[in-house]
Formats: sequence, C-alpha cells, structure tokens
Amino acid sequence: MQINKEKMLEMYKTMLTIRKFEESVIKLYASGSITGAAHLYIGEEAIATGVCANLNPDDYITSTHRGHGHLIAKGGRLDLMMAELFQKKTGYCKGKGGSMHICDMSLGIIGSNGIVGAGLVIANGAAQTCKVNNKGQVCACFFGDGAANRGTFHEGLNMASIWKLPVIFVCENNYYGISGCQREMMNICDISERAKSYGIPGITADGNDVLAVYNATSEALARARNGNGPTLLEFRTWRHRGHWEGDPDEWREKEEHDMWVKKEPIAAFSNYLIENNVAAKEEISKIEDEVKSELADAISYAKESPDVTPEQLYEDVYFNG
Amino acid sequence: MRQITYRDAIREAIEFEMRRDPRMFLAGEDAGRMGGANFVTKPSFAEFGTDRIKDTPISETAIIGLGVGAAVTGLRPVVEITFMDFMGVCMDEVANQAAKMRYMFGGKAKIPLVIRTVNGAGNRTAAQHSQSLEAWLTHIPGLKVVMPSTPANAKGLFLSSVRDDNPIIFVENRMLYSKKGDCPEGEYLVPLGKANIMKEGSDATIISWSRMVHTSLAAANLLAKEGINCEVIDLQTLVPLDKETILASIKKTGKAVIVHEAVKTSGFGAEVAAIIADEAFSFLKSPIKRVTAPDTPIPYASKLEDEFIPNEAKIISAVKSIM
Repeated sequence: MQINKEKMLEMYKTMLTIRKFEESVIKLYASGSITGAAHLYIGEEAIATGVCANLNPDDYITSTHRGHGHLIAKGGRLDLMMAELFQKKTGYCKGKGGSMHICDMSLGIIGSNGIVGAGLVIANGAAQTCKVNNKGQVCACFFGDGAANRGTFHEGLNMASIWKLPVIFVCENNYYGISGCQREMMNICDISERAKSYGIPGITADGNDVLAVYNATSEALARARNGNGPTLLEFRTWRHRGHWEGDPDEWREKEEHDMWVKKEPIAAFSNYLIENNVAAKEEISKIEDEVKSELADAISYAKESPDVTPEQLYEDVYFNG
Repeated sequence: MRQITYRDAIREAIEFEMRRDPRMFLAGEDAGRMGGANFVTKPSFAEFGTDRIKDTPISETAIIGLGVGAAVTGLRPVVEITFMDFMGVCMDEVANQAAKMRYMFGGKAKIPLVIRTVNGAGNRTAAQHSQSLEAWLTHIPGLKVVMPSTPANAKGLFLSSVRDDNPIIFVENRMLYSKKGDCPEGEYLVPLGKANIMKEGSDATIISWSRMVHTSLAAANLLAKEGINCEVIDLQTLVPLDKETILASIKKTGKAVIVHEAVKTSGFGAEVAAIIADEAFSFLKSPIKRVTAPDTPIPYASKLEDEFIPNEAKIISAVKSIM
C-alpha cells in the first residue's frame, strides 16, 4: 500500500523518539534518577510505531510492562512520562504508578500493565465501548510471546471472536520471556497459528520492518472497524536489552542477538527512506535534532518538577466525586 | 407496604437503571435468556435483548476484564460471577486491575464496575459452591463490598452501587432469593457505607450481615423473651464500613457479638472485633465474641452443613456467655 512521505517521516521520528527516550532511561537508571523497574523497548520500535500509525486519537490501546514504546507511538507526552519515571508529582500518574502503570485516557492509552497478559481481556471491554459508540473506534491490544500462554489469551480471543469485537491482538514475539525461550514454551512455531482455534485471521510478519507492520495492521483494522471482528497479528522482533534494566541477560545466544541487532528497525528504515528517495539525509538529520531537543526538554521538565507530597499516599484509592 | 422477593427486588433495581442509563449493560454466564444462574433477570431479557444482556462463555477472567475495560472507557457494566467460589479464577482482574487502576493511574481513570456474585451455604451444594469469601475482597483497597440482606436494601444498595463510580462487589445470598420482605416502589436508594439498626436494645450488640442478619434477629427475639434485649446491626456495606453506628452501639451496650457465615479465621468479623477493641475498649464489659462457621470447607451432608452454618442456638449461647 502507498504510504505518503509525511506519514513515513512521522513514523521514522516516532521510532527514533522511542529509541532515544529508552537510551536516556538507561543512563538515568544507572545514575539513580530513575528507580524501580524499567523494561525497555529498544529494538522493537517498528511494532508500536507501525500499529499506532494506523490509530486515531479516539482509538484505544492496552499496553504491557514494556510500555514506553506504545505510549510514545500513541502520542504520549515525553515530559509527563519522564516526570513519572522521576517519581514527580507532575508525572502522568502523579508519581503513583511508575513505568509499568502509565496511562493517558485522553489518548485512549488504557495503561501499561505490570501483569503479563492482563490487556488481553481488558481490551475486549474497550472494544465493547467502541461497538456501543458506533463511530468506528477500535482497540489494539499489545502483548508478548510469553503472554500468549496465559489463560487471558484464550479467554480474550475467544470472547472477541464470538462477539466480533472491534479489537486487534498484536503479539510482539521477541522470542524470550526472561530466560524462557518461546520455542521451548509452546509446541508450535508461529503464535499466529493459534488464530485458527478462534476462527479468526492470524498473520505473522517481520516486526523490524515498520512498513510491513503498518500494512498488516491496516488490513486487520479495516476488518475490525467494519464489524468483521478481531485479527491475531504476530510481529517477530528482538529486544536489545535484558528483560529489565539490570537483567544480566545471560540467557540468550550471542549469535542470535548479534544477528537481530544488525537488522534493527531504525537503521533499516532510514536506509530505506534514503535509498528510495523518500527523504534526503538532511531531512533525517533534522528529525534527529528535533528528537534530541524534545527529549532534552522532557528531561529538564522532569528534573525541575516538584516531588510527591506525603498526603498523596492516601489519595485516589476511591473516586469520591 | 408491598412485599416482594429479594430476587425480584434486585431485578427491579436492575431494570430501573437499565431503562434510565443506556450505558449500563449486564454480562455473565447464562445472564441472558436464563437471567443468571439464579434466574434473577430472566424476565428482563425480553426487554433488553442480547445487546444489553450478554451471555458469556465460561470465562470469569474475560468477564471481569470485559467489565474493567468497558468501565474505564465510559460504560456502566454490571458483570456476574455466578458463584463467589469462582472468584479465584478472576482474582487478578478484580484485585490487580479493577481495584488498583485508579490509584496507579494517579486518579486519571475511574472504574464504575459492579460485580454481582453469590455467597451462601445451606443448599447442599458443598465445598466449591457455597463459600462466603467477602474477607478476601475487603482486604483489597480500591474495592467496595456490599452485602444486602433484605429485598429493600437489595434494591436500594444495588441502585447506589450501580451509580457509584468505583468497582463494587455486590454479594447476593442464595438462601435469600425467595425470601419476601417490604420493598418500596420506584426509585429507592440505600446509601453505601451506612449500617442499619434492625432492632434496638441496650444489653448487647449483635453485628451481622447478609443472611445471618435474619438468624441474628431470630436469636435476639428469643433472647428478648428472657429479658435480654439485644441491638441488632445489619452492616449492609462492609467496605466502606460504618464504624460510627457500630461504636455508638458498643458504647451503649458494652457487649459485642459478631455473626457471619464465613469461616472464623481472618473472617471480616475479626476486623470488626479489632476496630471495637481499639476504639471502644473502655466501654467493653466483656470480651468480643464471634459466632462464625468453623475453619473447614463446607460439607455436603445436610446434618454436617447445618452444623457448619451459625444458628440461633449458637448466637444465644454466645450472648449469654458475656452477660
């Protein structure tokens, strides 16, 4: 399918923003500005980007513990994200959630989630709302290869399939949970094969090719928006860092790792743009400078933001309105 | 005042709100044509149909997930877990998702979800179909826990629950469905977080909820014949708890007996007892007593199940032991 230049450059910028954001998190985590758990999306940028480039602001997503990429691709604000990671009162969750619980309901981001596979059943609820609203809205549910073995996968896909809910299920297969390898944790090779069990289409594609992700998603969303129900998309990719920042990451083969890093999605896409005369090197550089500057602003905002205050411990347990 | 069954009172409340608020929908196993495992909304299906009363597969996890996702995006779902014993299947969705999203998201989301479920031994359905597990749910900040005991408070508490913007566990007792009682017509609300004094008295306070309120009242009536006048409090809502009403009564009577059909250890009675011991200690004239089921699973045999469930004799004995 033909994607216009503006869209392609937007996607390039999104991928780069995710990458640079996550690289900042590495440094800030090492220096102690960011604490707790951080699960970085480096290497997987094409998936969040290619999927979310098809979504409107009033479409929904459910995210995972590895959610920074989804948040940024859906339009999340870098400053509020960074402030949240810095535990500041001005963060997306007022410092109460942290990396794994960031949400922006104004952008339809129903949160990152610390429970693997949780989104697979929550997405159906958002999709039901989309159905009732009858404006063609959809929900995209992100989950990993590990989550595909949870009961929520079975219950969620089954329910979505019988009611033809406007939802797409996007599996980010990066081959590893933490130390457990997908090949050893299921008796099949392609997770998309499981779609047959629910009578829905299942597609496996290269998750490091942002255009392939974009196109596969576009088809799946057309089905969902037209009332033809869910699709299971499986995008193959690789995370460059360990499962969590601090993971010794001794569990993966060096050769496999090096092979995947060589075909990482951002360099691949910038080469594509230049080789196909979509964009000149100068335009790419300009985008890189923009990203650098926006990120620097976000970090300054976070650093200068006020700390949480003690009474916040007791706030927002209930809605009292 | 007219008398209707607990079952019909709940149905009346559900239908009232379904007509009033188009965002509301029901979902659960056999929720549609059958009206749920206890036939509560069987007559309602003709009016609302499959769009608004959804029959689900046997998928408690997906049922609560559906509720969470719909609630957080603007609908008013009322989902059903047909037996409280099945809560274990969907505990993540209840405890880690519904209960915590508002807090984790810094107050930027609300989850107006009602989870109807059913407790209660006495039906000979044994260990996995009879439990009272409200203690599990009272232990999770972010949830409200409501346990109606009469047709009137079932109707009123349901309407308050469905209009509340928090995740609420609404626990119906299966042995009460066919029990008739006074019930106002039309729009009738009972506020959450308020206990109801069913009988006034100054010799001892009996605190209870759900079906055991009736057993407690029966015991209190028998005790009254012997000149012991008990105050019987129906908590109605466990979380948020009406501490004021409890403590005011203890200050008057100095004696507390808590009655629940959940098992003894770590039952909600322990929480009420701790609160009384902490905040009304100087008014107590005797130890706080709990009349509960024993720490066992629920047996099948009628004689054993009848022994398991607290009865009037055990309540009377407990009250007398502290007089």
